[in-house]
Amino acid sequence: MSDASARQPVSIPDLLDRNVALHGGKAAYREKEFGIWQSWTWAEAAEEINALAMGLVALGLEEGDSVAIIGRNRPALYWSMVAAQLCGAIPVPLYQDAVAEEMAYVLEHCGARFVVCGDQEQVDKVIEVQETVSGIDQIVYVDKRGLRKYDHTHMNALEDVQAEGRAGHHRLEPIIAGRRAKVTYDSTCVMLYTSGTTGRPKGVVLSNRNIIETSKNSAEFDHLRAGDEVLAYLPMAWVGDFIFSIGQAMWTGFCVNCPESADTMMTDLREIGPTYFFAPPRVFESQLTNVMIRMEDAGRIKKWLFDRYMRVARDVGPKILDGEAVSAGERFSYWLGNLFVYGPLKNTLGLSRIRVGYTAGEAIGPEIFDFYRGLGINLKQLYGQTEASVFITQQPDGEVRNDTVGVPSPGVELKIDDSGEVYYRSPGTFVEYYKNAESTAGTKDPEGWVATGDAGFIEEDTGHLRIIDRAKDVGKMADGSLFAPKYVENKLKFYPNILEAVVFGAGKDRCVAFINIDLTAVGNWAERNNIAYASYQELSQHPQVLETINAHLNEVNASVAQDDMLSGCQVHRFLVLHKELDADDGEMTRTRKVRRAVIAEKFDDLVEALYAGKDEIYTETEVTYEDGRKGSIKATLKLMDAEVVPVSSGKVAAE
Amino acid sequence: MKDTVDPYVTEDGRQIGGVLMEMKNITLRFGGVVAIKDISFDIREGEVRAIIGPNGAGKSSMLNVISGFYNPQEGEVFYKGEKRPPMRPYQVARLGIARTFQNIALFDGMSVLDNIMTGRLNHMKAGMWKQAIWKGAAEREETENREAVEKVIDFLEIQAIRKTPVGRLPYGLKKRVELARALSAEPSLLLLDEPMAGMNVEEKEDMSRFILDVNDEFGTTIALIEHDMGVVMDLSDRVVVMDYGKKIGDGTPDEVRNNQEVIDAYLGVSHD
Repeated sequence: MSDASARQPVSIPDLLDRNVALHGGKAAYREKEFGIWQSWTWAEAAEEINALAMGLVALGLEEGDSVAIIGRNRPALYWSMVAAQLCGAIPVPLYQDAVAEEMAYVLEHCGARFVVCGDQEQVDKVIEVQETVSGIDQIVYVDKRGLRKYDHTHMNALEDVQAEGRAGHHRLEPIIAGRRAKVTYDSTCVMLYTSGTTGRPKGVVLSNRNIIETSKNSAEFDHLRAGDEVLAYLPMAWVGDFIFSIGQAMWTGFCVNCPESADTMMTDLREIGPTYFFAPPRVFESQLTNVMIRMEDAGRIKKWLFDRYMRVARDVGPKILDGEAVSAGERFSYWLGNLFVYGPLKNTLGLSRIRVGYTAGEAIGPEIFDFYRGLGINLKQLYGQTEASVFITQQPDGEVRNDTVGVPSPGVELKIDDSGEVYYRSPGTFVEYYKNAESTAGTKDPEGWVATGDAGFIEEDTGHLRIIDRAKDVGKMADGSLFAPKYVENKLKFYPNILEAVVFGAGKDRCVAFINIDLTAVGNWAERNNIAYASYQELSQHPQVLETINAHLNEVNASVAQDDMLSGCQVHRFLVLHKELDADDGEMTRTRKVRRAVIAEKFDDLVEALYAGKDEIYTETEVTYEDGRKGSIKATLKLMDAEVVPVSSGKVAAE
Repeated sequence: MKDTVDPYVTEDGRQIGGVLMEMKNITLRFGGVVAIKDISFDIREGEVRAIIGPNGAGKSSMLNVISGFYNPQEGEVFYKGEKRPPMRPYQVARLGIARTFQNIALFDGMSVLDNIMTGRLNHMKAGMWKQAIWKGAAEREETENREAVEKVIDFLEIQAIRKTPVGRLPYGLKKRVELARALSAEPSLLLLDEPMAGMNVEEKEDMSRFILDVNDEFGTTIALIEHDMGVVMDLSDRVVVMDYGKKIGDGTPDEVRNNQEVIDAYLGVSHD
C-alpha cells in the first residue's frame, strides 16, 4: 500500500481517513432513492460519519457500549457502524427480519444501550423489546416516516443527531480524538451474532486485527481495488456483508451500492453492474430458473439460438476462463455466441462487468455453476464462517471446480483431525464468544485452532478442500454404513423443481426424505400445462407433481448408489411438504440453512408415518406469520415410495 | 361525535379542522328513480369519512355528487365555505379533489410511472410551445413533478414496479397505483370508491395501512365508500350510513354500530 497516513491503520476509522486522503473525490457509497442513485464520495462520507459520531457522543454514548444496528442495507446504517467505532463503542448489526422475540435475546445479551433502526418497522420491534429488556437507552432512526408522533424523549432521527453533532463540534471533537487514541489493533471491531443451526445465537467478537488482516489478504488474493463496485444487499448482520461492504471496501476504497428496496435488487444489480459480486447459490439458482422460464416463452428462432450457443458456452466457456487451450474454431464459435447470446444475457442479468464473483454457504449445483462460468463469469466458491472473519478456503482464478471449496486463503492454516473434522487457524480467527467462555473454550483451543464443525478432506493432488457434511450430521445407519444427509439433499436440490430437501435416517435401516417444491418452477410448469391449483398446498400434492418429484428421487438414488461409501443413503420413501420451510417458524436459520433437529421434532408424526409404511397421513402444522401471529394449516399428505438401486452387500465386510 | 365545528385533536393525535365540504339537502334523480333523497352531511378537514350502505343504497351516486360528476337536482354543495356551482370534472380536479375508481381506471399500456405522472396534470403549466422547446421551463417542471411522483412511489412502496406496464400488474397493485395517481395530485380531498373491493385479507391490511398513513402523514382529508364493515369501522373517524337513497345514520363508528336503523338495514328486519 502507498503510505498516505503516517501511522499504520489500526481501526476502520483509520482506514476511512486514509481513503479520504487517497480517494477523497471518488464515490464511496451510493443508494438509490426516489428513483435516482445518490452518491457520496469518501470525503463526504467521512463528514457524515464524523457528524454522526459527535452526535452520538452528545447523546451520551460511552466507550465500550454496544450499538445495535437494525435495517436493510443503507449507507446511513454503514456509517452508524463506523461512527460507533469512532466513539469507542462496539457495533452489533442484527438481522432485520428477526421477530421481536429473537431480537430481545440478542439485544439483552449484548447489552445494547443505543439502537440504530432503519425505519418504523424496526423501531416498533425495539419498543416491544423494551418491555422486557431494560438496558436500551436511546433509539436513533433513519427513515422518519410514521414516527412523527412517537414519544421522542429517548428517540431521535439520525439526521437530527448529526445536526447536533455538527453544532457542537468544537466541544465534541476533542472527546472523539481522545477516545480514538485509546483504540488498538486488538480492540473489538464488531460483534456479530451467528444465526446458529442449533441453540441460541452466539456473539462472535472480532478485533480490528481480524477484520483488517482478513480484508487485506482477501482483497490482494482477488486483486480488488478502488474503482470496483459491489452491491450490498445481503443482511448486514451477516459476517460476509461486514467483510465485503466495510472491511474490504475500507481497505481498498471501492464503492458500496445499496439497492432501493429488497424487491428492486435485480433492477439495481443491472443498473450498477458490479465488478465484484457475492451471492448465495439460491440467488444464482433463481436467476437461472427465471432465465429458463422466460426462454420457454421465447420465439422459435431465439430459442434455437439460445440452446445452440449455450451448448457452446458449456463446452468452451469454462476452458477459456481457466486459460486452457481452445481451438480457433471453438473460439470463433464462442465469440459469435457472446455477440448473440452471452453478452446480451449478462447485460440483462447485470453481470456484464463481473471480474470476481463468489458463492458460498451451500453447495451449488454443477449445472448452475457451469452455466455462469460458461457465460464467461468468473464465479468461484469459498468456504468460511463468522468465527474466521469469513475466509477459510477460496478458489484461486484458474483452479475453479464445482466440487471443492478451494485452497486455504492467505494466512490460513488447515488441519483435519482423526474423525474427519476440519480445523483452521488464521489472522481472522475470532477473539471469543461474548460472555460465553465455555463455548469459546469448546470451539477454539489454546493454540488458536478452531473447529469448523464440518467434515471434509484435502485432495492430495490439488490441495483443495472438499467438504462432505456437517460433522455432527454425519452419522451411522443401523447397519453401520455412513449417513451423510447433506450429500443427498444437495443432489436433490440441484433439480429446479426442488427448493429444499431434508433427509432422515441416522440410526435407521433406510433413509426417508421431506421435499419442498420450488413454487416458481413448479408453478410455471403448472401454468404451461393448464393445471389449476388454488394454493401451495394443493400444488404440492398434485399427482403429476408427485410423479415428477418421484422421478427426481429415482435419479438421485441411482447416482448415490454409485458412491461406495454412501450407497446406504438412498431415499426409500418421501413426501412433499405442504408448507415451505421458513425461518419464521424456526425450521431454517435466517441464512436459510435447514435446522434438522427442529424439523425432525416438529414433523415427527410425518417421519414416523414414512417409516411405518403408510400411504397417506393427515397433519396439522403451526405456522407463524411475519407479524408474529400464529395460525395452523391442515393437510393430508401422500407418502410415496422411491425406487432404490440394490447394492451388492459383502464389500462392506471387507473393511 | 363533536357537534361543534371547532378544531380538535383525535386520540391518536391527528388534527381535525373545520368543515371542508358540506352537502345540504341533496336530492338526485335519474328520471323517475330517486337515487339520493334529501341527504345532508359534512366532511371536516383532516378526517377519514366513510359512506357505507347495502348494495344500491346510493353510495357511489353520492361520491359522484361530491366529485362533481353528477349535478343534483336539489340541494347545495359547499366547498371550503363557498357554494360550488355545477362543474365539469376537470374543474373539480383543479379545486383539489382527486379520486380512485371502483373498477380501476388506469392506462393499461403505460408504465406505472407514467400513469402516476398523469395525476400531476394540474401542476403542469408549460404550454405546447414550451414543451416542444423543452429546455428551460418545461424541463424544470418535469423534474419537479417527477420528484413529487417519486415521493409518492416511495411512500406507497411501489419502487419495484416503477417501469412495469400497468396491464401486467396484479389487481391489488393496480389499486395501489390508482391511489398513487390520486395522491400525486396533492389533493385536499381524496375520494376512494371501494378501495378494498375484491382484495384478500393481506391486501386489505396493506391498503388500510396506506390510507391511514396518507391521512396521517399528509393530513389529507379522505372520503371513502366501502363494503367491508370491519375495515370501515377501523379506519374512519365518522361514518354516514345510507339505505335506499336515504341517510339512516351519521356519527362515529361506535354510534353507528349501535344505531337500530343501521342494524336493521344490514341484518334485515322482518316485515310482519
